[in-house]
Amino acid sequence: MQFVKKFWTGASMDPLRSKIVPVLTILGIMIVAWYAFAVVLNGPFQRDLDRRAGRSPGLAGFLVETWSQPKPTLPAPHQVAQNFFNTTFMVKPWSRRSLVYHSWVTLSSTFVGFVFGAMLGILIAVGIVHFTSLDRSLMPWIITSQTIPILAIAPMVVVVFASIGITGLIPKALISTYLSFFPVAVGMVKGLRSPELMHLDLMRTYNATASQVFWKLRLPASLPFLFASMKVGVAASLVGAIVAELPTGAVAGIGAKLLAGSYYSQTIEIWAALVAGSLVAVVLVMLVGLAERITGRAMGGRPA
Amino acid sequence: MTIRPSVGVSASVKPANEAPANEPVVEAQKLGLAFQTGDGPVQALSDVDLTIGKGEFVSFIGPSGCGKTTLLRVIADLERPTEGTISINGMTPEQAREKRAYGYVFQAAALYPWRTIERNVALPLEIMGLSRSEQQERIRRTLELVNLTGFEKKYPWQLSGGMQQRASIARALAFDADLLLMDEPFGALDEIVRDHLNEQLLKLWARTEKTICFVTHSIPEAVYLSTRIVVMSPRPGRVTDIIESTLPKERPLDIRESPEFLAIAARVRDGLRAGHSYED
Repeated sequence: MQFVKKFWTGASMDPLRSKIVPVLTILGIMIVAWYAFAVVLNGPFQRDLDRRAGRSPGLAGFLVETWSQPKPTLPAPHQVAQNFFNTTFMVKPWSRRSLVYHSWVTLSSTFVGFVFGAMLGILIAVGIVHFTSLDRSLMPWIITSQTIPILAIAPMVVVVFASIGITGLIPKALISTYLSFFPVAVGMVKGLRSPELMHLDLMRTYNATASQVFWKLRLPASLPFLFASMKVGVAASLVGAIVAELPTGAVAGIGAKLLAGSYYSQTIEIWAALVAGSLVAVVLVMLVGLAERITGRAMGGRPA
Repeated sequence: MTIRPSVGVSASVKPANEAPANEPVVEAQKLGLAFQTGDGPVQALSDVDLTIGKGEFVSFIGPSGCGKTTLLRVIADLERPTEGTISINGMTPEQAREKRAYGYVFQAAALYPWRTIERNVALPLEIMGLSRSEQQERIRRTLELVNLTGFEKKYPWQLSGGMQQRASIARALAFDADLLLMDEPFGALDEIVRDHLNEQLLKLWARTEKTICFVTHSIPEAVYLSTRIVVMSPRPGRVTDIIESTLPKERPLDIRESPEFLAIAARVRDGLRAGHSYED
């Protein structure tokens, strides 16, 4: 009886039905569309090849050919998957050919940059909320900072640091910091200002000090905002790390892999690296989500 | 069949503008407050003279906008008066607040959702820097006072509205101030829960002998709870009548059907109506 009841109420639908099925449906649609686009984009070149070779494959043969070119305009999903599998599981993880290695290089600078970015963002937000002068003076500059195209400033930062002998992780992490502090700062300002007037008045009736108000009210109230903005920030951090790897002739990292792929028209490798980058992003966002859930539970959150 | 004269009833309701015999807790003279708004100043309070003695239960009643909440907030130093003087236990409201002379109960329970009930009650105690054992002792005692023993580890959302409001009363009682300021604490609750909490509040008042200032817009609630009822009228917020209750301290719920109760209620209603006609 209990089971039947559970089965029929939408709210407590099992995770397979409520989450996995819809996600897989969209994935299926995307893969079909991907194969279709591969035919459209690789078709002209394939027809050219066939004509020159004097071949006339049937429709099925033509389709298979467009999905198996060595340097296709758009590689088919299974080509990307194969390359991804080979460069992830078939080589030693610390080898130069391994995507695990490159992902790790990017991940480490993303992580360092994000931690600094988040801390900087929180610090700025705390300052802005507590000092009106900072609110007036800092906020416009923070917003302006994000209008500078990152692609323009990243090479400058890397070059400047290289000229004083600092290369590798630090300049990359700095770009990540630059991109990730902004969403965290803006989200935290909103979060730290989110307590209701009544909750603030209550603190006043207790004659609480500013630091007590901060630790006991503003900070806990801001946490949902912090986690939401950290999810944006961590993804921005990854973009920053990859972009920082592009212009430097960096030898390792997802960005370097992308650049090398584009030099040699290794489209399949580019796509495999893109997949690796996306997976890294998913892992990062999930880690923030996990931290959010753990904190939420510790703070007595209502179960969803 | 004899017709009983109603003289006894009406005579028992006497004007009581004179200061109470007990030592004064709140003393206001010519108190006024004007809010500065975009459309010029709005007079929220004007010319309020009031003395509240130790151990009294005083209700402030009036339509919305009559300044009753503002008056309470002035006592609590959440607003500053622009005219006149006010003292709490002989101090300025600010000094009184710094000495934590009062507990304040808001319209909503205003519990922190990330704290359990016991941690919510502990909040003012943490801020005052009491020891862990002292905190535990006070939490136990105050939750018992409001009948919430056993709900220490629950989060606010796990409790009903009435229980949440009781928890917020416990929080206001926890730091043992002699003055309790309550701003329409039961306004959002249904009538049955409200009756119950009113009864409990009276018992609590009798046990703790605190001075209570209670804002409400319910006539029966004001008459049932109070030793004195301050009737206020809006724009500018001023006191139109102060009614001394003749009801005994011991008040069962059905006292609300007694002629004495109804006579006081009628006078409160008259006071409210007078305030309104003055406005038109």
